Amino acid sequence: MTGAVSMRAFVEWLAGTQGSIALVESLHMYPLIETTHVLTLMLFLGTLAIVDLRLLGVMFNRVPVSEVTARVLPFTVTGFTLMIITGLLLFYAIPVRTFESVWFRMKVILMVAAGINAWLFHRRVKRDRALWDGWQRPPLGVRLSAGTSLGLWAGVIVTGRMIAYNWFDCDRQPQSDFINWAAGCVVTMAELSP
Amino acid sequence: MSGIDWLLLFEQAETTGLGRIIRESMWLFPVIESVHLIGLASLGGSVLAVDLRLLGLIFREQPVAVVMRTARPWFFASLGLMFATGIPLFLSEAVKCYFNTSFWVKMIALATAITFVFAVRNPLLGRQHTLAASCPAVNHVIGTASMGLWLTVAAAGRWIGFS
Repeated sequence: MTGAVSMRAFVEWLAGTQGSIALVESLHMYPLIETTHVLTLMLFLGTLAIVDLRLLGVMFNRVPVSEVTARVLPFTVTGFTLMIITGLLLFYAIPVRTFESVWFRMKVILMVAAGINAWLFHRRVKRDRALWDGWQRPPLGVRLSAGTSLGLWAGVIVTGRMIAYNWFDCDRQPQSDFINWAAGCVVTMAELSP
Repeated sequence: MSGIDWLLLFEQAETTGLGRIIRESMWLFPVIESVHLIGLASLGGSVLAVDLRLLGLIFREQPVAVVMRTARPWFFASLGLMFATGIPLFLSEAVKCYFNTSFWVKMIALATAITFVFAVRNPLLGRQHTLAASCPAVNHVIGTASMGLWLTVAAAGRWIGFS
């Protein structure tokens, strides 16, 4: 609980900083950052899909996996970096509400899962890619990893889009106990009795 | 163009059953919108696979025509998903779209991008079956133009929601 409390103190402090206030009140900056965040989907997840579809054996099967990853992943990394920068700025603009969003929390969990999936894949690649590099259809474990990646990132897109909707916001009480717990809402007695 | 009463047409679009169902539901619009965004990522991949090849940045050992042929079903599937989700979204708020400049910018950019793919890019480059057939300068221009067009479609699409 102390971790959650200090995290709340941090986001509340963040919301009071000049940069955060300037960003959320800006007429053009916020939409521009959000548009960049959304458009970068094409670069980040578009190029990741090229790699995953190759790993699934769906397309570009005549190109060795190592060649696809060497050429395409730098674009994915560039896209990811842009996503993180713009995403952090979006969080910085609206810290408390985002911190209390069940969608944002689900999105973070899915991103952590996607990160673990990628880490496990790279560990495997280091071990035995030389074996299946040229295979038109890589081994089952590799295909599972690529499918998991596509599924998790699709989930990140959906939960990310849902952050914009306020159905489960803490300031819309009454919410179910589960939502209040999952969102970490601080509910006052007055809000409990409508 | 002048013979069509677009506003009347859009008003009628909004009264369709599908448009009304989406408008009256709390969840449908966001859910369809999310799938539209998954389609955006997928479309981006299918477009970049070809355009980055045209710029000589990926799949360098593959002839242009081979990469284009490989990416084609993916491009069609992504475009299909975009239309399948985009049209219901439009039907649910057609009149708002009529008065939205970004919507018209998006439609014009979309028509241009699709025309560019089928009338310019494919006929010009679809025959580069060998690596020797590639002309880097032409490839670079077409790849850059394609990325610019699709980026415009996506940016104008996002901007519909801001205005």
